Amino acid sequence: MISIDLVIVGGGSAGMSAAVAAYDAGLRSILLLERGNALGGILLQCVHNGFGLHRFKEELTGPEYAYRYETQVLERNIPFKLNTTVLDISPDRVITAINSEDGLFTIRAGAIILAMGCRERAKGALNIAGTRPAGIFSAGTAQKYINIDGYMPGNEVVILGSGDIGLIMARRMTLEGAHVKAVCELMPYSGGLARNIQQCLNDFDIPLMLSHTVVEIHGRERVTGVTIAHVDEKRRPIPETRQYIACDTLLLSCGLIPENELTCGAGIPLDRVTNGAIVDQNRQTEIPGIFACGNVLHVHDLVDYVSEEAEIAGRAAAAFVQGNAAASDREIALRTDGKIRYTVPQRITAADAVSVYFRVADVYRNVQITVRDGDRVIYEKKKAKVTPGEMETVRLSADHLRTLDGNCLEFSLVLIDAQEEEQS
Amino acid sequence: MYDIVVIGAGIVGGMIARRLSKFDLKLCILEKENDVGMGASRANSAIVHAGFDAKEDSYKAKLNVRGSELMEEVTKELGVKYIRNESLVVAFAHERESILALYARGLKNGVRGLRILEHDELHALEPNLNEDIDCALLASTGAIVCPFELCLAAVGNAMDNGAELKCNFEVVDIQKQDDTYTITAADGRQVQTRYLINSAGLYSDKIADMTGDGGFTVHARRGEYMILDRAYSDLTSRSIFHTPTKMGKGILVTPSVHGNILLGPTSVDIDDKEDLSTTPEGIANIFDKTSDNMKDIPFNQVITSFCGLRAVGDTGDFIIREREGVVTLGGIESPGLSASPAIAEYVEELLLRAGLEASVKPNYNPFRTSPRTFGEMSAEEKNAVIARDPRYGHIVCRCEQITEGEIVAAIHQNPGARDIDGVKRRTRSGMGRCQGGFCSTVVLDILARELKLSPIDITKFGRGSRILNRKTKGDDGHDIH
Ligand SMILES: Cc1cc2nc3c(=O)[nH]c(=O)nc-3n(C[C@H](O)[C@H](O)[C@H](O)COP(=O)(O)OP(=O)(O)OC[C@H]3O[C@@H](n4cnc5c(N)ncnc54)[C@H](O)[C@@H]3O)c2cc1C
Repeated sequence: MISIDLVIVGGGSAGMSAAVAAYDAGLRSILLLERGNALGGILLQCVHNGFGLHRFKEELTGPEYAYRYETQVLERNIPFKLNTTVLDISPDRVITAINSEDGLFTIRAGAIILAMGCRERAKGALNIAGTRPAGIFSAGTAQKYINIDGYMPGNEVVILGSGDIGLIMARRMTLEGAHVKAVCELMPYSGGLARNIQQCLNDFDIPLMLSHTVVEIHGRERVTGVTIAHVDEKRRPIPETRQYIACDTLLLSCGLIPENELTCGAGIPLDRVTNGAIVDQNRQTEIPGIFACGNVLHVHDLVDYVSEEAEIAGRAAAAFVQGNAAASDREIALRTDGKIRYTVPQRITAADAVSVYFRVADVYRNVQITVRDGDRVIYEKKKAKVTPGEMETVRLSADHLRTLDGNCLEFSLVLIDAQEEEQS
Repeated sequence: MYDIVVIGAGIVGGMIARRLSKFDLKLCILEKENDVGMGASRANSAIVHAGFDAKEDSYKAKLNVRGSELMEEVTKELGVKYIRNESLVVAFAHERESILALYARGLKNGVRGLRILEHDELHALEPNLNEDIDCALLASTGAIVCPFELCLAAVGNAMDNGAELKCNFEVVDIQKQDDTYTITAADGRQVQTRYLINSAGLYSDKIADMTGDGGFTVHARRGEYMILDRAYSDLTSRSIFHTPTKMGKGILVTPSVHGNILLGPTSVDIDDKEDLSTTPEGIANIFDKTSDNMKDIPFNQVITSFCGLRAVGDTGDFIIREREGVVTLGGIESPGLSASPAIAEYVEELLLRAGLEASVKPNYNPFRTSPRTFGEMSAEEKNAVIARDPRYGHIVCRCEQITEGEIVAAIHQNPGARDIDGVKRRTRSGMGRCQGGFCSTVVLDILARELKLSPIDITKFGRGSRILNRKTKGDDGHDIH
């Protein structure tokens, strides 16, 4: 069995950024494993622009953004294997993988970075009644057919779910001459970025039907239509509002879920909200020497934050291998109030400055993001609006963390109006 | 001119064809769909029933008990998974009488391994049963198989032994002249045969009208199912029924041989023999009825739902008879899968009695190696296979870890996969938690490449079920050949 200091599982933007950061931190024995036939991951099929606004102050397409990092990997001669699928990771960091050249092989890794990305929630989970003809695709599958393979999967389209991929595909299919008749969203708000709703739907007069869902699929061989309905506050379809829409294609964009089969196999505990590993500020999981970053950790809204997070993991993994990981001098648990659904990291073990990422559960206006140490507020920030579609950050300074009384930080969202009412 | 033509490549037609393929005869199977096993044999509970359920002396009872005896051997020969997982018919206290009646009937039917379990023993065995379940009938010969794998293997083994398969051959007319039947398909193709077997499932009544042996009707009874994610397979290892009603064996909770839990089926008579839709009422009913028996079923972990149609005859029993060289098999509803090896045995007997003359081929081979063995190989064995064919090192389906090599083999084996669902049924590619989200595009490419077709011609399950529609603007589509 060969031994390698750092093995990175997944060669998408997280994996590449982590590899580059680890290399720049002095590590040389690195191997990047990617199951696709190129580095870049999901970015490669995202031919629209809007990537890298924060990092590069430019609007790049997905492949362009990926290319910048691929170039950095190549410049540094960081070894990688393509068309290679990792099948198993053991808790003591032995990786089993398979490809056509090496067959089935194992590697003993000094440290591992998990960067497997996420996948779309499967359509079957949605329990839509009716038939199962051809013409039902997840938005990402349709995206691959169109952008990578060069084929259109349909002409008359209804999209269920207003996640970003669904919104992007509404525009993409329209540009390809398809007629996107509606985007139905079960929730009373969209799960996608505000800018995507404007640029992908509004600019093309595609109706976004909030609080609507598809209740039945019609067609024997190919989809011939769907029945949609308005839902009540408990998200139950209201029968009187059923409405038939003729279409040949139903795209499902019902959210993304981190791909953590390997993580679970290694016995790494997951956060039930993010569906990703529980990590500290270095993105180290509960198993020392195994780190996670990017969409496998939590679904990000912008790739810029993926790169940022992956660099943290890359540097920390390098330090772990080199034996100079900072000793953890405390154990602070991060808790949330439900309006804030989760935080990443979930725990902090040192008093260095740290950015905490999170998402909220609903659309809220006029809020104050508050961080408490016991009864003491150590941080607060006002926001006019927060939505589940956009990630939020709080930057805690070393000063904040050094002077804590307790071993727990409470993240909460205070509705300012409600607070004022209470006081009056 | 064939000696024997089998109409309908479901499990019944498949088992019969396999049984007859040992003879030195020209044998052909006609199937209206793009693949075999697309009828009831695709979507059912996959249980090899013990045989306590059907009325004594009926075909259903006799052939089920005999089929259950034969099944283990048959599945071994065909390389198909068979798990004797035991069946449990559970009851509330007030239903005790029906459990005892079922037990008595089982004994009359000659079922071995039956036992009544009382509350404490039962709950020790099945901790996830609801507390108020009082007693149960345990059938230790109850088993599960993968029904479409079995059907594929049966037809495949028949083909390996020389039988022909014609798909997309929808029989619309049958004429008899002298001793010869001329069979015509919807697209005009014709075949001729001396003996004819009508195993057309839901349409066996229509075919019987064509052969002149009609006079019965078959209608569709819908059965809807839901499948749970494999992570929840520890709910139960046994097939759990509730005491039966006249509409069937009720809604059950049963593992599949692949480790998913199956919930269903519902039972509703419908007019349309092609209506495979699932309904909100059906889904609600499954939630309701399974919750009567078991606690804490993770309904939010459903990965997909599907529907099967039972071919219900009008006599209450299987209709099986031979007349003028035609064997008619009507109303083969449950336990048709369990009975299928015994039905085949009986049909052979009927044909021999009717004067079929045949000798067993010296090179007849009853064995078939499962195309799915790669996943179960040791690391060394896998590496040897990959060294020979590097495509076995390329994982296509991430969830089920299916390789390109296995998919290519599924396209070129007997009977070869011709569409996306065909690949899925043969290899399990696309059956995992992402339900084909990742691999279906790659499978489509491989199908097009191996069958030398345009990607646009690849279907989900034959006929008009095309997946792609046209090339994108200004792109000639990527060239995959
Ligand atoms: C919901 C449900 C649950 C069940 N559960 C169980 C169980 O747990 N255990 C058990 O033992 N049994 C079970 N059964 C019963 C079992 O599935 C059937 O008895 C068995 O599959 C019937 O096989 P078949 O070959 O007769 O029919 P089918 O599989 O329907 O095959 C008939 C074939 O004939 C073809 N055909 C029809 N018309 C024509 C034509 N004109 N020309 C050419 N081809 C034609 C069809 O396309 C089809 O492929 C269940 C059935 C259902 C529906």
